Amino acid sequence: MFDQKNNILFKLDWLTIGLYLLLVMLGWFNIYSAVYTDEQQALGFDFSSRYGRQIIWIMASVVILLLALILDSKFYSSFGYLLYALSILLLIAVLLFGTRINGAKSWFVMGPVRLQPAEFVKITTALALSKFLSAYNLRPEKFKTLLLVGAIVLLPVALILLQNDTGSALVFFVFFLVYFREGMPSVYLLIALLAVALFVLSLLYQNYLIVIILELLTFLAFYITYRRWKETLIGFFILESITGIFWVAGSYFRPEMSKTIFVLAALGFASVGFIYQIYKHRLKEAFVILLMLFGSIAFTYSVDYVFDNALDNYQQRRIKVLLGIEDDPYGAGYNVNQSMIAIGSGGPGGKGYLQGTQTKFKFVPEQSTDFIFCTVGEEWGFVGTATVLSLFLFLLLRLLKLAERQKSRFSRVFGYSVASILFFHIAINVGMTIGLAPVIGIPLPFFSYGGSSLWGFTFLLFIFLKLDANRNQLIT
Amino acid sequence: MNPFANRKYVIGSIFGLLILIYIIRLFVLQVIDQSYKLSASNNVLRYVTQHPARGLVYDRNGKLMVYNEAAYDLMVVPQQIEAFDTNEFCQMLDLTKEQVISRLDKAKTYSRFKSSVFEKQLSAKTYAAFQEKLYLYKGFFVETRTIRQYPQSTAAHVLGYVGEVNDEIATTDNYYVAGDYIGISGVEKSYEEVLRGKKGVEIFMVDVHNRIKGNYRKGRYDTAPEHGANVTLTIDAELQAYGELLMGNKIGSIVAIEPSTGEILALISSPAYNPELLLGRNRTDNYNALKNDTLKPLFNRPLMARYPPGSTFKTVNALIGLQEGIVKPETTFPCMQGYAAGRFFMKCHYHRNNLDLTASIQHSCNAYYAYEFRNLLDAPKYGSVESAFELWRNHVLSFGFGKKLGVDLPHEVNGYIPTLSLYNRIYGEGRLRSLNIVSLAIGQGELLMTPVQMANLTAIICNNGYYYAPHVIKDLPKEFNNMKMPYLVKRYTNVDSVHFKPIIEGMYLAVNGLDGGTARIAQIPGIEVCGKTGTAENPHGEDHSIFIAFAPKDNPKIALAVYIENGGFGATWAAPVASLMIEKYLTGTIKRKWHEERILNANLLDVRPKK
Repeated sequence: MFDQKNNILFKLDWLTIGLYLLLVMLGWFNIYSAVYTDEQQALGFDFSSRYGRQIIWIMASVVILLLALILDSKFYSSFGYLLYALSILLLIAVLLFGTRINGAKSWFVMGPVRLQPAEFVKITTALALSKFLSAYNLRPEKFKTLLLVGAIVLLPVALILLQNDTGSALVFFVFFLVYFREGMPSVYLLIALLAVALFVLSLLYQNYLIVIILELLTFLAFYITYRRWKETLIGFFILESITGIFWVAGSYFRPEMSKTIFVLAALGFASVGFIYQIYKHRLKEAFVILLMLFGSIAFTYSVDYVFDNALDNYQQRRIKVLLGIEDDPYGAGYNVNQSMIAIGSGGPGGKGYLQGTQTKFKFVPEQSTDFIFCTVGEEWGFVGTATVLSLFLFLLLRLLKLAERQKSRFSRVFGYSVASILFFHIAINVGMTIGLAPVIGIPLPFFSYGGSSLWGFTFLLFIFLKLDANRNQLIT
Repeated sequence: MNPFANRKYVIGSIFGLLILIYIIRLFVLQVIDQSYKLSASNNVLRYVTQHPARGLVYDRNGKLMVYNEAAYDLMVVPQQIEAFDTNEFCQMLDLTKEQVISRLDKAKTYSRFKSSVFEKQLSAKTYAAFQEKLYLYKGFFVETRTIRQYPQSTAAHVLGYVGEVNDEIATTDNYYVAGDYIGISGVEKSYEEVLRGKKGVEIFMVDVHNRIKGNYRKGRYDTAPEHGANVTLTIDAELQAYGELLMGNKIGSIVAIEPSTGEILALISSPAYNPELLLGRNRTDNYNALKNDTLKPLFNRPLMARYPPGSTFKTVNALIGLQEGIVKPETTFPCMQGYAAGRFFMKCHYHRNNLDLTASIQHSCNAYYAYEFRNLLDAPKYGSVESAFELWRNHVLSFGFGKKLGVDLPHEVNGYIPTLSLYNRIYGEGRLRSLNIVSLAIGQGELLMTPVQMANLTAIICNNGYYYAPHVIKDLPKEFNNMKMPYLVKRYTNVDSVHFKPIIEGMYLAVNGLDGGTARIAQIPGIEVCGKTGTAENPHGEDHSIFIAFAPKDNPKIALAVYIENGGFGATWAAPVASLMIEKYLTGTIKRKWHEERILNANLLDVRPKK
């Protein structure tokens, strides 16, 4: 009976389980406070209230957690692709037969139970990705691998976007971080970072300014590659002189024309000369650098188009408010402004449990779901928020440590997936309450009210704990 | 060894860096930056709703009917209250200590943290005195609002009134919170969205002594209120006031419509009440007094009262008869001071015999319509009495009877046109005989119409067969123009326009006929008035006096229906009232002073019930 080597109880990572239980418990206390009012307290404990129902969801997660532990480790790897395929079918089904809640057609409603398949697709996608990346003959640096990883990840993204649930769809991009750990060429990560930076900059500043900054960076890259400061300076001087002449002459003769056109025309003019020099001296790297410049400029100009045409109006406004382009405290900025007032008013030590006034005023909407972190901030102050964030960081780093000690690659990739998914949720959810991330409605793991998300995170975590318990087996 | 193992440090650093950035940001937000902080007592910020002024209401000639005046509401936030001098407080507000305590309890049950109204509409004087001492009463503050004012003191039933939203609306409609004002009846309700404007909010920082220390973040998060849009009504304020004057000491209604547009020129419900009674601090008392008044002044009779149409309905039966070919204008029927069929006898008054259709309207002959109606029901071409009845009923419905006309005022009722199933219940399936329901021929029986439906009938006759749904709105701001759409649709009856001429001629002769007519009292020298009297049998007392009329005969400008309860024959009271209304509207003055005096002096309120 008590064979220490084989009993799973002795092989589980109890530190992680302890962190999990602590976070779920803290979450419940904050949900209780978020819905707490004097009147409600007089009525006594109420199972139809949110805190009452959350207790039921928590009890149900115990069942889910046990299920995750009982299933054999090999089950997860053997059926990884099959489960992925089934969950994709589920996503298609919800598009056809689902119910629309808060504008997103992403729910199955069966009596009192509401399920959001997207929560479970995260798990199956993690399984499928783990399976794919742990293949014996994987060549992570190949472009083909990137395409296949992209296909696995973006298929659910496309379906979830069709449900009009942008928040849940964005989560999947974090899987590229997992791929990065398994050998994705760094240049892809750099390109992605450059794209994000250009996206933000092109919304903030005039495009011609960005073009000039990009030109500067191009010559910097040229210098780093060839270490020829004289040629670099001459080239830069020629380009900027032409730009200056075009600008002055253009503003004088055709003042109605956009400045961007002069800057681009100057670049095109100068580029003819550059390309001749590149061709003459066979400078392969310089050619690549120039191509990247053109690519970045094209991207910058397409951002405006994509932003205006592909995003919904409310999404545009949320991004603009976040970047400080628009100020709209009663529209798109309302939630964030109120949430920052709530958190800021908590001060260093907080107002005390159940004493939050912003909460009681219902100034902050979605207090018990997406904005639960406000309650922490208002009632527990900086001490509370720093503690909660530290607990989350501790959990994340613990998961990375566990992932690294896996013998089989499958388990390691899955461990990274769990950590990355949790990380993305924490980053966006907490970020939006303090005005550092756009308002995207995704829950804070273990804290936010709601069955689907709690079950999803629990299942995800405990599958990995089960894999970890068998870390010395080779699972393929 | 995995060649990418070092990347675990990259990923770990990303995790750690982001959480570190967040903790720094939280440190700034919660510890360093004081602007987000509420003080120890949580009352640094006060959200003062800026109530917009409601839109103004004008009559069709641009005369102001409703405007606003400033009023001051005393608000309270229970959580912020500290002990205060109750004696002085009660004195200043003229309240008893018990009242103060019960109101504070009420405010607490609403919310301890949100502000609610403690005392409504302080006078400017009370406000001035109170303002100086306000700092002594923590948790109290004053919100400026506007209240409605009525320069004409008329048209209460059209204009309606404004009051606080009820709890149901406050919880279901996002725009309103408890204590907000909303249009409760009349135009105030129908055009609430237009008139209400848009609330604003001003956020103040308040010190521990409850004194305003300036705008929060320099007013960055304030929004200005947008005041409501103005509307113009179709009502002629002068005609309306005159109608209310004429109807003094009488129960009933007048509805006057411009036939070419369906615009309601006057809508009088008598007894009327002064709209000013329903605002200010005494509103509740006044409202209860009006509600308990046995004459029911709050009851909007033109839209809600249902009466049999009496003889005025003969016009409808005549038109249906013409349309169906049952009678022609030259058709005559005998009348020996009544209509006899076996043992049945329907009385008629004395007039010359063998009238044609026009003369039958002129003299309001009962027998003519008994013949016409029975000939219709028993005509073999319809197969049965039942199918003939259904056809007749359909025609009647096309005149806008039996259903709401869609007037843009609340609480309009349907009226009632009896159905075949009703008669089948009474007489048995398939046993309906035309004689059973012959009283429908002369507008008695189970028919029930509202005064506005009768005025609309008059407009239909003027227009030779069509109408626009009667309405009171004339001009709205552009963005609300779709609210006017239903009133721009021409609605046709089933009767062809060629059939209206003899009816109009009959109505002209009823007023102006040299050989007698039922409504000669309504004559106005120089104006060709057309009219038709009616008397609605009233089992509870003296019959109701009815008159429908329009003028001038060619190109009518006004069509109206007058109902006077317990007024006896139509010619006695309703016809002269209608005639005076027409004279007033078309000429602007009254030349027939004796006529006017007789009406003004009449008191029909204590007419004894019929023996």
